Amino acid sequence: MSTTDSGPLNVLLRGGDPATLDGYEDAPPRMGFFTDTSVCIGCKACEVACKEWNQIPEDGLEWLGRSHDNTGGLGADSWRHVAFVEQRVPVGEQDTNLEVSRDAEGFRWLMASDVCKHCTHAACLDVCPTGSIFRTEFGTVVVQEDICNGCGYCVPACPYGVLNRSEADGAVHKCTLCYDRLGVGQEPACAKACPTDSIQFGPLEELRERAAGRVELLHEAGVPEARLYGHDPDDGVGGDGAFFLLLDEPEVYGLPPDPVVTTRDLPAMWRRVAVASGALLAGAVACAAVGRPS
Amino acid sequence: MSSSEVTRDGLEGVRPGREARTWSKGRAARRPQAHDHPGGSYYGRPIINPPVWQELDIAGYLFLGGLAGGSSILASAASSTARPSLARRSGLCASAAITVSLVALIHDLGRPARFLNMLRVFKPSSPMSVGVWLLSAYTPLAYAGSASDLLRRAPRTGRVAGAGAAVLGAGVCSYTAALIADTAVPAWHEGHRELPFLFAGSAASAAGGFALLAAPLTETGLAARFAVLGTVGELVAEHRMERRLGVVAETLHDGKAGKRLKLAKALSVAGVAVTVAAGRRHRGAAAAGGAMLVAASALTRFGLFAAGMASAQDPRYTVEPQRARRAAAGSAAAARGRPA
Repeated sequence: MSTTDSGPLNVLLRGGDPATLDGYEDAPPRMGFFTDTSVCIGCKACEVACKEWNQIPEDGLEWLGRSHDNTGGLGADSWRHVAFVEQRVPVGEQDTNLEVSRDAEGFRWLMASDVCKHCTHAACLDVCPTGSIFRTEFGTVVVQEDICNGCGYCVPACPYGVLNRSEADGAVHKCTLCYDRLGVGQEPACAKACPTDSIQFGPLEELRERAAGRVELLHEAGVPEARLYGHDPDDGVGGDGAFFLLLDEPEVYGLPPDPVVTTRDLPAMWRRVAVASGALLAGAVACAAVGRPS
Repeated sequence: MSSSEVTRDGLEGVRPGREARTWSKGRAARRPQAHDHPGGSYYGRPIINPPVWQELDIAGYLFLGGLAGGSSILASAASSTARPSLARRSGLCASAAITVSLVALIHDLGRPARFLNMLRVFKPSSPMSVGVWLLSAYTPLAYAGSASDLLRRAPRTGRVAGAGAAVLGAGVCSYTAALIADTAVPAWHEGHRELPFLFAGSAASAAGGFALLAAPLTETGLAARFAVLGTVGELVAEHRMERRLGVVAETLHDGKAGKRLKLAKALSVAGVAVTVAAGRRHRGAAAAGGAMLVAASALTRFGLFAAGMASAQDPRYTVEPQRARRAAAGSAAAARGRPA
């Protein structure tokens, strides 16, 4: 098992299964989540199941005044986060006199359970200087908490704001896609607990097919705003292992509209660092050569 | 089941409109407001998690690392051109600055006792990993160069160590640009083209400035040229970065970052002016010019650190450039797909 040779060069220049690329032989199919927010009821069972199974402490008992969201966002002690958006939108009267007035002042809920995306090109994994973050045989991204020294580099490297450092132990924690449960053929705790199958777990290929069918169904049913997010293997992170069906723009749910793995630009950065270093040395030589001390 | 009927006078028995049911008019019900979601964001919450790095530790390291690397370059150049006082002072400055840097870097870890875990692996994909190995090689060389100079022992070995420290020091000066640019922080990542040059220039400015402050006038010509060259490079790189950052450049002009960067620029210009005008003749002028350049370099690093934090805190700086990029990609694809 290799955990250290997943540089941007070997990951970004090739497509395919991330576990195989990282050196696993006979890797099982890549596993992931499809979170269909159109059927999320905001029960937060996923948050609770995650906390319970993974023994995550509370992360502040606060009233945030953001609808029913008192979790805030993903972090060291929140690996699932249910977003609640209350929108004033033109919706039709829901009465039998189906006079659909699209300009009526209506209201709708958007609820969505956010989670680590387990990116194909994971910036957190690329930048981790201890090798604490690694790719599992299921293609997921996991932090080995006993290796992490809390440098915090992965925190701003993640384009989705998933990882954070724990105040309690100084290390970084995030969703493992229940690596321990996967190993024994169980589904992750959140998917198990979800009462509406908003969170679906399975082989990524299968989930992508299922999601495409679901979007088509919703479009036929008159929900043209339904769209998939993070499903495309050609996006800036090579596709997410955990992707979503959304009913509005990603930023409405606190998701970046067009995330790109920061290490995509790293080869260009290294070239410029080399040029700048060379220029600095050349400048010093020139400065020394111009005038001899009197 | 509805009880409404269509009569000659219109609808009868219609239940009250939807609004009356979802928001009771009698109650002071809190309705969703436009300012809940500024710019289409989620309650104005940041999209990315802002860095957990402490300003004093990390912005301080960006400055001190540059000062150390630049001073090693200057020390080596001075010792090979018979400027012993300059060589000694710059060499000592490098050793002291890198020592404080290492303390700051370890202090900033969430689990400082595990700092050696960084030496488990070498990852070119992680500028921090590259930096750790760079510092591990650079620091002993800088110490050896200074020790040889101070103790007057093994001068040839000392000079070779000093030259090694100079070469690696150039990397120490500029790799920190990749360190912060290789994140999703908008002001840092979007500046990845200019930051290496900005940091290298700022390092030369700081190192030259310190030497102007500390070395005797007979030997500071080299330091003055190095400082002026570095400062000009830094200002050019910064100007280009501001022009290219678009909306994110606001974070370089506003708030704490804006104040620091403005003051840094003023000090840079004044420092260069004083150094060029009177730095060769008056000890006081050289020291004043040097001090201004050192302060300018520190303010630049602390300013850029603050700009990055501000750009991470406000979702606008993450969302707007990404939306624009997506729209541009969409219209490019549409243009390609259009029949000729």
